[in-house]
Amino acid sequence: MNTSELARRDQFQFSMLLNDKRYRSYTFQFFALFLLICAMAYLGKNLLENLAAAGLNISYSFLGEPAGYDINQRLIEYNSQSTHLRASIVGVLNTLLVAFLGCIAATFFGVTAGILRLSNNWIVAKLMMIYVEIFRNVPVLIWILIIHSVFLAFLPQPKAFRGENPEATMLWDAFAFTGRGFYIPKPVFNDGSFIVVVTFILSIIGVFAFRYYARQKLYSEGKLLETRWTSVGIFFIPTLIIFFALGSPIGLEYPELKGFNFKGGIHARGSLISLWFALSIYTGAFIAEVVRAGIQSVDKGQSEAAGALGMRPNFIMNLVILPQALRVIVPPLISFYLNITKNSSLALAVGYMDITGTLGGITLNQTGRAIEAVLLLMLFYLVISLSISAIMNVYNRSIMLKER
Amino acid sequence: MSENNSFVRKEMISERIPPAADRGLVKWVRENLFSSAFNTIMTFISLWVIYSIIVAVTPWFLNGVWDAKTVRECYDLLDGKSGACFAVLKERFPQLIYGFKYPSSEYWRPNLATVLLIVALAPILFRRLPRQLLIFTAVYPFLAFWLIWGGSILTSVSAFLGCAIAVICYRRFSSRSFAIAVLISLIAANVWWIIGGYIVDLNASFLSLKVVASRDMGGFMLNLLLGTIAVCLSIPLGIALALGRQSGMPIIKWICVVFIEFIRGVPLITLLFVANVILAFFFPPDTSIDLILRVLIMMTFFNAAYIAEVVRGGLAALSKGQYEAADSIGLDYTQSMRFIILPQALKISIPGIVNVSVGMLKDTTLVSIISMFDLVGMIRGPILSSTDWNGVYWELFGAAAAIFFVVCFSISKYSQWLERQLETGKR
Repeated sequence: MNTSELARRDQFQFSMLLNDKRYRSYTFQFFALFLLICAMAYLGKNLLENLAAAGLNISYSFLGEPAGYDINQRLIEYNSQSTHLRASIVGVLNTLLVAFLGCIAATFFGVTAGILRLSNNWIVAKLMMIYVEIFRNVPVLIWILIIHSVFLAFLPQPKAFRGENPEATMLWDAFAFTGRGFYIPKPVFNDGSFIVVVTFILSIIGVFAFRYYARQKLYSEGKLLETRWTSVGIFFIPTLIIFFALGSPIGLEYPELKGFNFKGGIHARGSLISLWFALSIYTGAFIAEVVRAGIQSVDKGQSEAAGALGMRPNFIMNLVILPQALRVIVPPLISFYLNITKNSSLALAVGYMDITGTLGGITLNQTGRAIEAVLLLMLFYLVISLSISAIMNVYNRSIMLKER
Repeated sequence: MSENNSFVRKEMISERIPPAADRGLVKWVRENLFSSAFNTIMTFISLWVIYSIIVAVTPWFLNGVWDAKTVRECYDLLDGKSGACFAVLKERFPQLIYGFKYPSSEYWRPNLATVLLIVALAPILFRRLPRQLLIFTAVYPFLAFWLIWGGSILTSVSAFLGCAIAVICYRRFSSRSFAIAVLISLIAANVWWIIGGYIVDLNASFLSLKVVASRDMGGFMLNLLLGTIAVCLSIPLGIALALGRQSGMPIIKWICVVFIEFIRGVPLITLLFVANVILAFFFPPDTSIDLILRVLIMMTFFNAAYIAEVVRGGLAALSKGQYEAADSIGLDYTQSMRFIILPQALKISIPGIVNVSVGMLKDTTLVSIISMFDLVGMIRGPILSSTDWNGVYWELFGAAAAIFFVVCFSISKYSQWLERQLETGKR
């Protein structure tokens, strides 16, 4: 085989598009792109034809029109004359509220159950195993419906709190747990409360600054500063001094029984409470498994080695076990948080007005703008998921095993 | 020295029994229940929890009324005692399982289809069974379609023959080139389906079962139907998506990435909204595709995106040497995937795929929100809102939870067993 022959072989020929590995990928990609564009064009054509046939168009102007329905659980001002856009924002905030509360509670349930499942107490471990298996193997929708009916059935109605010998009493005269929801005291901000809040935020920053300083001191000079009580002091003392110096500007408004219902305070509707509880106890079962796997993933030799170095038990936990277990626990944990956010769309089943209930429910049915409403809905969830995955990727990179 | 004067003991003293507190049940109880003050407290709290659950549930369960026509009759029979109205389960059993429109004379069909489903799955689930059973597995989807939806058996036979022809063509030509073999088998199958369509139309009443429309399906049957079909269709799609995401071709890779991330980023309920109100806009104007099929499309996409991520994890877990070894012995892409990479990657992915699929089966209950009457939809709709059984939450939701628990728990136990079976050990 001489050089001219080789050169000829290297020349481009059309058959290479199928047979040569270097060019074949271009053919495939071209076809894929072509098919994709064809499919898109076909679907788009159908869409336009169908819209024209139904006399519809794609327009988001409905967002500016008055909504005309009421939302009972809301974080911002809203009435039935507000626009659909505002109704959607109320829904977004409600979604974020239940997701945030759910994440905290689910972490609590999950970590507790996960640690207790590893307990050397046989009966506790078995109980936790039953909890995990029961909750993991039954659909979350059924749990939401069951827990909703538990709340309706077992908690007293507000009228039970009335009369000389009420059937139910408030906890510390401040908390009322009723079938219509929970009533809790509401903070009231008077003049000067701003300064207290600022002081509080500054002291939180102060705690972190002090801890950072103490660590620097430890690393550079080897001096171990007392951090626990100093932190507690920095956290509480300035805020308390300012608070009382200004004459207690922040007060509490307690819920009171007026007539047949409670007035004042914060009212968390039964639907919010049952959705919150159901989501968190369901996801808690999954988190428990992750926590258990994380703790078990740390080799026993690690804690023994740390013990052999003479570390004290709490140092072993904080400096050796936890950092390694967290590497296993945190990524799935965050995807469970994402699941809570997505599962909160099941609020529809209990009548909690989250974004799916407002934009994807009543607004969609009233205006008939199905395509626009569902697209906006998906966009909202996509933005949340993608931003959380972005944060997670950064985190994963930061804790990745530095292999040498 | 005589033997008698020896002061060293000749034989071992027999071991003494450990003290009573340190053996048998007592030792176990001490170690596992009362090893420390904290543990003791936990034990008592747990015992109290178990006790109170038993005290609350047992009379409710034992006093259960199984024979009553309405909830009022049930309460009359209970006479103020705490007790369950299990009568609703007995009374509405067909509705819970088959929905309220499936003709009752045809219940044997879904029953038979479910039994045959187990037979068809058996050779896949248990590798010890004879391989010939796989033939039945291949026939099963067509048979099940005929059993559940009815119509002439020729429709199923024709569809099956089309697939068979496609496989034969592929086998025949696959030695030449993968792409050409796929193309030829697709053409052959489609030609057959067009011819077969005429034959079926001519003999529409041959071995015909009563036709049942998709909208008449309901109850747990609908959950099982949606779950099974979505899982079966989504596994190949998910594998394809995972391979696409791993591929070196940027356009194909990005199509897969966008698809997967989009589907994973939105809740299933919004996809069901799409199936319910939007998807119809994307089909040609005068076709009408029924809701169950639109839901199936979206559920398949949803599950496929999750399976793709699981399989991607499996592909990433293989060492690079496997890919290089496959290349170095001259296998092309399809061959190296089929013989080297996928068998190992899928084996790693099995627990994940099973988890995702169990999740899919559980998520089929969400169709009740777009007013389809699956198990939960039946309970929330026709049963609880009827005047006869208004307010019987516990028994119904308890039964629904129990059904799902049994199915999902056995699947996950199976997957754990399979994981142990497949463990080849690290070499």
